[in-house]
Amino acid sequence: MDLAFAVFLQVATGVATLLIISLGLAVIFGMMRVINLAHGEFLMLGAYSAIISVRAGLNIWLAMLVVAPIVVGAIGAAVERVLIRGLYGRVLDTMLATWGLSLALIGIVTMIFGDSVSGFSAPLGSIAIGGYRSSSYGLFLIGAAIVLLCGTWAVLRLTPAGLIARGTMQNAEMAAALGVSPGRVYAATFTAGAAISGLAGALIAPFSGVVPTMGTLYIARAFITVLTGGAAMLAGTLSASALLGSVSTLGTYFTTPVLGEVIMLVVAVLLLRLLPQGITGRFFRRAL
Amino acid sequence: MIRRFPWAEIVVALLLAAISAWALPRLLPLYLLINATIYVSMAVLALSLAFVWGFGGILCFGQTAFFGLGGYTYAVAALNLTGTSWAVPIAVAVPALFAALLGYLMFFGRVGNIYVGVITFAVTLILFNFANSTAGAQWHIGAAPLGGFNGIPSTPPLNVPGEPGNALAPEEIFGVAAISLALSYVICKLLLHSRFGRAAVAVKENETRAELLGYDVRLYKLGVFAIGGAIAGLAGMLFANCVFVSPTMFSLFYAAQVIIWVMVGGLGTLVGPMLGAIVLQMLTAWAGTLKDVSPNLILGVILMAAVLVIPRGILPTATEAAARLGRRGAAR
Repeated sequence: MDLAFAVFLQVATGVATLLIISLGLAVIFGMMRVINLAHGEFLMLGAYSAIISVRAGLNIWLAMLVVAPIVVGAIGAAVERVLIRGLYGRVLDTMLATWGLSLALIGIVTMIFGDSVSGFSAPLGSIAIGGYRSSSYGLFLIGAAIVLLCGTWAVLRLTPAGLIARGTMQNAEMAAALGVSPGRVYAATFTAGAAISGLAGALIAPFSGVVPTMGTLYIARAFITVLTGGAAMLAGTLSASALLGSVSTLGTYFTTPVLGEVIMLVVAVLLLRLLPQGITGRFFRRAL
Repeated sequence: MIRRFPWAEIVVALLLAAISAWALPRLLPLYLLINATIYVSMAVLALSLAFVWGFGGILCFGQTAFFGLGGYTYAVAALNLTGTSWAVPIAVAVPALFAALLGYLMFFGRVGNIYVGVITFAVTLILFNFANSTAGAQWHIGAAPLGGFNGIPSTPPLNVPGEPGNALAPEEIFGVAAISLALSYVICKLLLHSRFGRAAVAVKENETRAELLGYDVRLYKLGVFAIGGAIAGLAGMLFANCVFVSPTMFSLFYAAQVIIWVMVGGLGTLVGPMLGAIVLQMLTAWAGTLKDVSPNLILGVILMAAVLVIPRGILPTATEAAARLGRRGAAR
């Protein structure tokens, strides 16, 4: 019984992690149809901003939950302005340009901080579940995933800004005719997506280790999750994280972490053969 | 439209390959010759993507998956069998089959073009992570240890077909690479001239129209993708012969480079990407000697600049400029 609960907690943490690292990408892709291949590097920058603030003596929670999203959000705003803005509607070119950005960011960070692994230990100690011990940070991640998901939903569904953003997403020309500037909505959306990615990077930093190339460990998983999710960005990301996160955590539990990832990819590709439009192309179609 | 048969290109390619296979080993010192072999193997890889992306319209971001798979298959087969005579065809066949399987799942699932890009990207990344994690004695295929991060340093070089004891010298391996490049180019040219190739280009130009004219779009894409996988596997085999196989063959650094060569050289041509591969390799090698600048940064900047400034690539832009100049000269 204790074991079952410990495994369940492990799976829930895996699902939460997947949701956290994919949400920023899902927002940018779902709202703007921009495939941001530099997403992994946004995570990496978030982790670096957190670790640098912690080393400078800042409170760890402040560093992770406030500094990281603000720094990466600002970087995202600059990137949108310089690189993405000229390429709207040219999906392929945006992908290639953000790939270039991804390599350039890895290069710059390597030049500044070197390519050695650093990190900070997870705050909150551990809790006992019967005979097993589990990190309480995992519980915190589950909570963070729920808050992030509900927060994004609430902003999109309940606020005027969310209404404008959804309207622009559905029909940019109509929104423009009603007096909204789509350019500004896109800029704000990209910034928000980048900020979420920065927060995600800081949240996973305690257990992933901080290196310039850490983004490449997560980006494949994030992409697969968003693709498997399909058109509805929140419901899709949630359902795909739940499915693929369980598959990969259970795969990891029974084999090795890397085989867990391989099993997850195989499941995702097979699923795409069955549901080419993603999960929300068939189920929960009306969801957000 | 009746296309003329590409005699001139075929003859020039074979002649160039024969001349360089004869002359370069006599002109270059050994270390430069080995570098040249690496560049040529990369040109084969660039050719495979130029074919798949430029003529099949398939956005493959993970051509390195087949490249690395070719290298690994070659090394594993060569270590398990006596000699490399059978390892070479196996190293071409396995990536081709893998490409066919992946292509079946993607194209018959009617996955959109952009998604094909993302899936192939994820596949090469996961192969990279997987190959990296195979350190330790329990990871081996037959007699070949997979070696994790270190790869397989004991990758045996090619031997004369049928004579396992008679290994080729680096000079001869360069010759094999140059001729492989020329032959792959000729095969691509012939394929594009054939009925299959023209239908594949038609699919690229307008999928719906090709489908309405009765062509099975999925089958043509699958064919192009598998052929591209085979050529990339050949490139991996050649690369394994001048370096050795390691997980970096799957890395995003290489995956991005292939895209850059094709973009900069000119999408929709075969010669442009091959030249792009060789010239940019030289540039990257030079950049590697700069201590303060990371090669990743340089590659990234080149890629962003290529997208923003010359989205169609150097060769088509230059050809067009030359044609414009020529017209102006003729009008005068």
